[in-house]
Amino acid sequence: MSPINGLTIAVPRGALFDGTVDLLAALGLDTGELRSNDRKLLFEDIGVITMRPSDVPTYVEAGAADLGVTGKDVLLEQSAQRPGEGGREVYELLDLGYGRCTMVLASKAGPDPAHEALRRLGVMRVATKYPRIAARHLEETGRQAEIVEVKGSVELAPLTGMVEAIVDLTATGTTLRENNLVIREEIVVCTARLIANPVAHKLKAAPLDELLARLRELPAAARGRGAPDPV
Amino acid sequence: MIHPIPSGTRDVLPDETREVRAITDILRGVFERRGYGEVYTPALEYESVLARADMAEARPAYRVFDETGAVLVLRSDMTVPIARVVATRYASSEPPLRFCYFAHCYRGVRPQRGQPRELLQAGIELIGAPAPQGTAEALTVLCHALDATGLKDYRIGLGDASLFPALMASLDVPEDARAGLLEALVLRDFVGLERNLAESGLTGDAAELLLEVPQRRGGPEVLTDTPAQAQEAVTGLRSVHELLEPAVAERVIFDLGLVRNIGYYTGAVFDVYDPALGAPIGGGGRYDELLGRFGRSLPAVGFALGVDRLHIALAGEERGTGALLAGAPHEAGT
Repeated sequence: MSPINGLTIAVPRGALFDGTVDLLAALGLDTGELRSNDRKLLFEDIGVITMRPSDVPTYVEAGAADLGVTGKDVLLEQSAQRPGEGGREVYELLDLGYGRCTMVLASKAGPDPAHEALRRLGVMRVATKYPRIAARHLEETGRQAEIVEVKGSVELAPLTGMVEAIVDLTATGTTLRENNLVIREEIVVCTARLIANPVAHKLKAAPLDELLARLRELPAAARGRGAPDPV
Repeated sequence: MIHPIPSGTRDVLPDETREVRAITDILRGVFERRGYGEVYTPALEYESVLARADMAEARPAYRVFDETGAVLVLRSDMTVPIARVVATRYASSEPPLRFCYFAHCYRGVRPQRGQPRELLQAGIELIGAPAPQGTAEALTVLCHALDATGLKDYRIGLGDASLFPALMASLDVPEDARAGLLEALVLRDFVGLERNLAESGLTGDAAELLLEVPQRRGGPEVLTDTPAQAQEAVTGLRSVHELLEPAVAERVIFDLGLVRNIGYYTGAVFDVYDPALGAPIGGGGRYDELLGRFGRSLPAVGFALGVDRLHIALAGEERGTGALLAGAPHEAGT
């Protein structure tokens, strides 16, 4: 078994893993070991490396992988905040359609506590794992906010009164509902994206374009459920 | 005692300095033999002077006040200071003028490998030599310089900064949509480009061309059957290519999607790629309108190499374990 067109691909562990492996299988890659061995990181014989989704742009940008799959949420969080700041130097080639989630602003059910905080204190406190997306959204909508970065369950932060709202990714909204939180604003819809190293994009143009053409021809079913809202 | 230095800067100690010096000596020798005289300019310049150039994303990031309250900036490249030198010190000299430089430039980037905030650039500026001859000379000097350092597997991506704007103009893309489309391309975001095209109400052949043409890259075959709207830029690229000696011509990859986020580029633009590094080693292009902004209107072309990046690529090629090679067991194995 050999890598697809001689290309190395960074595959995200976690929510996007199954969709990505299905896609690679549809392209003819032998994904047996990839599915069965969740401790191994480097699958040299099929040109696959696995990592957490937020690390994919790092490996692809550095050229440790030619291609990678990660969520639009990760790309937005790591993109340039201001002109000249320099985001990730990777190509975003294709919307793969699966892993569809929405980045939302949510707060406790009932009268919106964020409104009261803004009115009386001039600032709302927002907990999130996506501080840059949250800051950008609040800035663009003209609200002053204190961003509180947390690493674990964001839903806990408003329930304890530490913050008035959260910005988080949700697929079905179940976790939010179970924690008595309601969606106040939808910020952006995120799906899985295929990204490429800028040098590989030039030096391996032919194998890369051939892979892209095959991906585009795959039936929609293999590329994820339903047409995504473009982001 | 450990005393910190600013993020994105570093000290260079003798072992590294010797290697870097060996590289810059080789480059300097090639540049000088081709008639490019070395210049030094101040690291600090008046902000009001450099602002004559449209630096866009490469705007100087560091500012200080002098004793009179004037705003000084640390230069972010050498092209703009040399344009100032030409207008000021060579106001009536007969072109073409040839300069080279080895200078530190300062950018407010996110520090990472080969991307420091203080970077040593080596480059040339050829002023008063129009396309295509001037462009061909710059590319030739570039390849001779890289060959002399011993870099083996590099390629030159060659495109034209005016191609995509010309394509948009001739396809009647609404004025207010053009900046967004160009920005998506600068950000290398083809998904965003496709979305922006749909949002601007562009459909059919026009949308197809605007999405497809910038993804064309490869050998001379990408210049054939290009749409009429891109013909002018493509003809320019072809005429440059025809002037190149075979050893230089075979290094060239045409890239119709190559754009710049530095505003002063006007025509041909190019980047240097090596499989041992995941980012370009350097690049350049034509800036035919920049000199005019400083009061001496002359066509010009130049390039800058990141000396540290070149050093990393040379070391990577030597070990056979560069970025795109290390993560690619298929290449090591076959």
